[in-house]
Amino acid sequence: MNLVTPEAFVLGLSAIGAAFTMVAAFGIGIGQGLVGMKGVEGVSRQPEAKADILQTMLVGQAVTETTGIFAFIISIILLFANPFIGML
Amino acid sequence: MHSTEHLGPRKIIGFFDGTVFITETVLLALIIAAVMIIFALLSARKLEREPKGLQLIAEIIVSTIYNFTTRTMGEKNKKFAPYIGTLFIFLLLANSAGLFGFRPVTADVNTAFALSIITFCLIQASSMKSKGIKGHIKHYGDPYPFMFPIKIIEDVAFPISLAFRLFGNITGGMIVMALAFQGLESLSRNLGSKIPFLQFLIPLPLNLFFDVFEPILQAFIFTMLTMSFVTMATMGHEDH
Repeated sequence: MNLVTPEAFVLGLSAIGAAFTMVAAFGIGIGQGLVGMKGVEGVSRQPEAKADILQTMLVGQAVTETTGIFAFIISIILLFANPFIGML
Repeated sequence: MHSTEHLGPRKIIGFFDGTVFITETVLLALIIAAVMIIFALLSARKLEREPKGLQLIAEIIVSTIYNFTTRTMGEKNKKFAPYIGTLFIFLLLANSAGLFGFRPVTADVNTAFALSIITFCLIQASSMKSKGIKGHIKHYGDPYPFMFPIKIIEDVAFPISLAFRLFGNITGGMIVMALAFQGLESLSRNLGSKIPFLQFLIPLPLNLFFDVFEPILQAFIFTMLTMSFVTMATMGHEDH
């Protein structure tokens, strides 16, 4: 039975962790979709305010995306600048 | 254009023995600043009453930025318009440097944090100027004194999230473009040709999204959040 080297173990688990972190995208999709739904409803109720509603909706969606971007950054760090290799 | 082997910025000029260096991010940011300064100087050469040419473009840009600022921040905050305009134009040019074949300037954590630290200093300074130093510190204790640490954390977390939002979006776009270009190149090599001819027109929709739409959106979001927080800092609380 061959044993796994420590480096392979760390790299393998980092890869699984990086993929698992991006489950956060599920939340972003729902959140931004809700903001978009309310934006479209607002435009349908008052079509003259379309430019203002569009601007506010885009700002709301970009702020909602922030926590997903945090998850993406952790994923990228685990894949490309893995800090655990140096600690071995 | 980009490949996935070097995802970080390359070091171009090294001083002394290599410990002090200039990366390609800093070089490109300096070039963008030089382009903006040269455009500003050239368009204000001989000011005429009937503008035409470069002066017309510059006047359109300036009047649009001033209208946007006064509409969002109120009439008395008109003096912030130059900073907002510079921020917006620099972010526009810096995020979409992928269109010209360079690595986007804000795809580097340092640039994103530099811009958000400037915004943080602006918010603190304008709050201190409009409320006085005592009022600024007392504002952290409104309405209940136990909210003091919570408000400090909120004030510190805002520029961090601003920087990471900008960095994450632009870096994600850059990685997808690099993967797409590398995939098309290996596909055209498998089809038997030495020149990557599949890179010709196919990446154009991706370029349109990641290098035109996303930079404009991120620049707009950054500027909008800066304006909202500066307005909230100078406004104080009228109901207290």
